[in-house]
Amino acid sequence: MIEKLLFQTLIGLSFSMYLWLLAAGLTLVFGVLGVLNFAHGSLFMLGAYATFTFYGKLGLNFWLSIFLSLLCVGGIGVILECLFFRRIYHIDLPYQLILTFGFILIFDDLVKMVWGGVAMIPPMPRFFEGNFNILGRPFPYYNIFIICAGIGVALLLWMILEKTWWGRMIRASASDREMASAIGINIPILFTNVFVFAAMLAALGGALGTPVRVVAPGIGTAMIIQAFVITVIGGLGNLKGAFVGAIIVGILTSYGILLFPIFELFIIFVVMAIVLMVKPQGLFGK
Amino acid sequence: MKRIKFFLLLALVIFLFSLPAFSGKYILYITIHILILSVFALGFNLLLGYTGLLSFGQAGFFAMGAYACAKILLILPSLLLGTMTGMIAGALAAFLLGFLCVRHTRIYFSMLTLSFGMMIYSLAWKWREVTGGDDGLVGIPRAPLEIPGVLSINMNPMGNYYYYVLVISLVAIYLLYRLIHSPFGLTLKGIRESESRVAYAGISVRHYRLLSFTIAGLYAGLAGSFLPPLENTVTPPIAHWTHSAEPVMVTLLGGIHTFSGPIVGSIVFYIIKDIIVRYTQYWLIWFGAIIVFLVLVFRGGIVIFLIERIWSFMNRR
Repeated sequence: MIEKLLFQTLIGLSFSMYLWLLAAGLTLVFGVLGVLNFAHGSLFMLGAYATFTFYGKLGLNFWLSIFLSLLCVGGIGVILECLFFRRIYHIDLPYQLILTFGFILIFDDLVKMVWGGVAMIPPMPRFFEGNFNILGRPFPYYNIFIICAGIGVALLLWMILEKTWWGRMIRASASDREMASAIGINIPILFTNVFVFAAMLAALGGALGTPVRVVAPGIGTAMIIQAFVITVIGGLGNLKGAFVGAIIVGILTSYGILLFPIFELFIIFVVMAIVLMVKPQGLFGK
Repeated sequence: MKRIKFFLLLALVIFLFSLPAFSGKYILYITIHILILSVFALGFNLLLGYTGLLSFGQAGFFAMGAYACAKILLILPSLLLGTMTGMIAGALAAFLLGFLCVRHTRIYFSMLTLSFGMMIYSLAWKWREVTGGDDGLVGIPRAPLEIPGVLSINMNPMGNYYYYVLVISLVAIYLLYRLIHSPFGLTLKGIRESESRVAYAGISVRHYRLLSFTIAGLYAGLAGSFLPPLENTVTPPIAHWTHSAEPVMVTLLGGIHTFSGPIVGSIVFYIIKDIIVRYTQYWLIWFGAIIVFLVLVFRGGIVIFLIERIWSFMNRR
């Protein structure tokens, strides 16, 4: 039984990393730009579809496909921020949310129009085929790679935010936008950069998921809800909280599938309710 | 102005009551859907427009109402009982979850309600023994309206069911109108404007919010309970959060700070949908584009636009 649980923990950990990549961008955009972006899940989905097209359909190299889809979604991010999101920073919350919701509708149907409504899985890259033997069970190489990639992104984010000049500018404008602007930070350009960076993180999550998870319309909306739960558990706008929250949600989901198949989705909401009752501002919230 | 308003309203009510006399089944079906969405969105607007809380989980309470009504109708075919159970189920769920949600405001409140709404969705989707899973509940009868010893009306003709929904909706809308213009409604508006001032006046903000949330849940449950007898099925997508966005959209479309906004928005929503669906299967792209356009260019809603622009333009002449 303990072996089973340990194994399931590893499975959950690899699922956590997709959630983390999504929640990191969501948190970054909320923390710096102050907008809760519903359409962030759609960027995840677009990343998955772009990678599917480059890698599965056109047969390009796996890494090149991921790189190209990051560029594509980054480009979409530039368009989204410059033409639309830039105009909604100052308006009321309901309007912000409903605008980003409008983009979910557009992207979901656009994807159906271009790729059709069928779920698809491209083949696994050859160098990832095969399994480790952990506790007498086969554990795919690919899952190990995902866990490493997720932790790598976390370290990289921490390095960027804490050690680089760009990270300092981001932190400065997150804590006081006007003051940051007064000391010479070009806020509009910084916001565009942050938005594009977050969009690329989401796309990376979607792209890395393509060989193992299905590519289908609606994967974005399913993931974004879990990303919301993560941000509530970890504390809104808090990257460390997002990382821990993603691990909690991912592992709970994987236990849920094993122990209570009926209430698998239900259980993470129960945990969220408990966190809210005990510490309403989230585990790492101020 | 007041007299014209009254006559317009009277004309609308007479029009609605005489509708079955000159229109086919399809128009009645769409009108019932407009009424359902209106009731749903009016309850929602009590939260958004009057209490200042944006809930993104109202579909959960809508689904509670729909599933409770469906369950009752499958066991005991009595329409009135089904509607009442649906209402109570929606209100009860809102009361219990609201207890957790109303501690927060603004974005946290929105995310919480969204998550709890999805919790209800996940139950509807996975708890096969009770909800029928992703097949939903099927074969729900459109039970007759029966009060033992007083009356019994067959609801199978669309016209009869239309009158049933219309009368209950109008009563519900009138009651909500009175509620908003009562001291209770004023207190809610006070909370929206300045939470701390209301608190200093010795009023428990949290209790008022919870009550407002419960009433919104009750209206969502009522709207939900109209659905199963109409469609004869209930399926999980009605609890999904994309369905929660419908009242948000129509309320913003019509106008937040007006009572009639959600109703006008519901009518326009179905008209737009009906027109686009005729041309393309991918109507959501166009609808999404319309939403984006509305938010960027046309904030404030149709009702405010009519009153401020057209009304004053006509008066000037």
